[in-house]
Amino acid sequence: MLIADAFFYLFATTCVAAAFMVISARNPVHAVLFLILTFVNAAGLFILLGAEFLALILVVVYVGAVAVLFLFVVMMLDVDFAELRAGFLAYLPIGALIGLILLVELILVFGSWIITPEIAAHITTPAPPMDKVSNTEALGLILYTKYVYFFETAGVILLIAMIGAIVLTLHHKEGVKRQSIPTQVGRKRDESIEIRHVEPGQGL
Amino acid sequence: MAEFFWTYLWPLLVILVHSLAVLVILLVSIAFLLLADRKIWAAVQLRRGPNVVGPFGLLQSFADMLKFVFKEPVIPAGANKGVFLLAPLVSSVLALSAWAVIPVNEGWAVANLNVGILYVFAISSLEVYGVIMGGWASNSKYAFLGALRSAAQMVSYEVSIGFVIVTVLLCVGSLNLTDIVLAQKGEYGMFNWFWLPLFPLFIIFFISALAETNRPPFDLPEAESELVAGFMVEYSSTPYLLFMLGEYVAIVLMCALTTILFLGGWLPPFDMAPFNWLPGVFWFVLKLCMVFFMFAMVKSIVPRYRYDQLMRLGWKVFLPLSLFMIVAVASVLHFFDLAP
Repeated sequence: MLIADAFFYLFATTCVAAAFMVISARNPVHAVLFLILTFVNAAGLFILLGAEFLALILVVVYVGAVAVLFLFVVMMLDVDFAELRAGFLAYLPIGALIGLILLVELILVFGSWIITPEIAAHITTPAPPMDKVSNTEALGLILYTKYVYFFETAGVILLIAMIGAIVLTLHHKEGVKRQSIPTQVGRKRDESIEIRHVEPGQGL
Repeated sequence: MAEFFWTYLWPLLVILVHSLAVLVILLVSIAFLLLADRKIWAAVQLRRGPNVVGPFGLLQSFADMLKFVFKEPVIPAGANKGVFLLAPLVSSVLALSAWAVIPVNEGWAVANLNVGILYVFAISSLEVYGVIMGGWASNSKYAFLGALRSAAQMVSYEVSIGFVIVTVLLCVGSLNLTDIVLAQKGEYGMFNWFWLPLFPLFIIFFISALAETNRPPFDLPEAESELVAGFMVEYSSTPYLLFMLGEYVAIVLMCALTTILFLGGWLPPFDMAPFNWLPGVFWFVLKLCMVFFMFAMVKSIVPRYRYDQLMRLGWKVFLPLSLFMIVAVASVLHFFDLAP
């Protein structure tokens, strides 16, 4: 257990330190890079828990796709931090309030586990033992077999959101030259070439 | 103390020796594959290619490496120094670390992970960071444009690679790379490998791998004619070497992945006398070199895509096709009761 403990503290401290750097870094691109470091360390913690599927999905989805788009947007923006800092004090009470609510919620969730240990018995689908099924299989059983309708509902909601985003950003401009592959392929010789016999010295 | 040594330090030493062996063999083969790439390219263009250093120019890559290492690293004045130097490291270290799970023969992998294919996919989706960080930190518009292009390109083609991998996994029923190879074993030898039953996906995967590794004809992040050298424009000496190394390791990784997913890994083409005398590593390396040869041929004979054509191919052709194949393969497996 010695090595597992050492790795836990390594990942956990790096994770917390990187998370702190996300909010304190002066350069927004550095902040996003620290956010990525936080994600990767969280994935390391998942692996220590034996949830390797979840860990790698976290890396693929959050680090490989979501954070790339974050970085993409942040690099394009011209963020003026002095301007942002100016409003810091005005928004401090609201920020503190939200932080406080989150803290209370966390205490409620984890406190209830400590105060009433029997609450564990109320979980309807306990995780199957690790030696019987791998955690990839266990997740698949829960998502695609037991809660398949909820999963499909979530999928439909995401699809609607995606269509909404496309509708909001799609506008066809008139007079823009576009490549149309079917027109190009469907072009015939006689509609694009005209053969004329030009007399010498006369031109067309 | 002895117990501590045998439980903790000994496995660590074994892993260290394994990793070192993989690294050294990989780096030396990369040197020769790089030369092969240039030679093939030259042969197609009726040139002789590098032929001065060593017999037939065999030592050219090592001479290039020495040249890069002994040059002065130039860091632009406006560059973000930390990120600028971190980017090539990210690019090469990530590409190398993916090789930990690649099985070159039955049981010959540094780590035989349960979720091996997912690990390789995760690492290859992280490789885009080297490019973006390098492009942004250089503080130059060519580099930045190259980085933006590559971010969009790599994210788009990852989607179709992901779907192709999912389809293969449907036929295997495991995320373990060794299981994927073993699932292709059968009485018809090479016609049992997944390239034939999943034929269009083999082509989709090959082309997406070209785009994912920024190989020509999809090398828009470093299109010489418009962006000079794209995201690498400000790099020189060892950082540049690391970028090149990362790029080639990623390319060979994609060749290895094609071999494992579609060409039966280390399996011999027919399970009979002259073929199965040879060890599995031989077949693995042979198949890998064949895929690499295809990569090199594509580089030398196909003209570069325009950016909108690249995006069209990724989102309007490959994505619907691979999605359709998932549904089709899943239905066939379900209704003919073939699912593993």
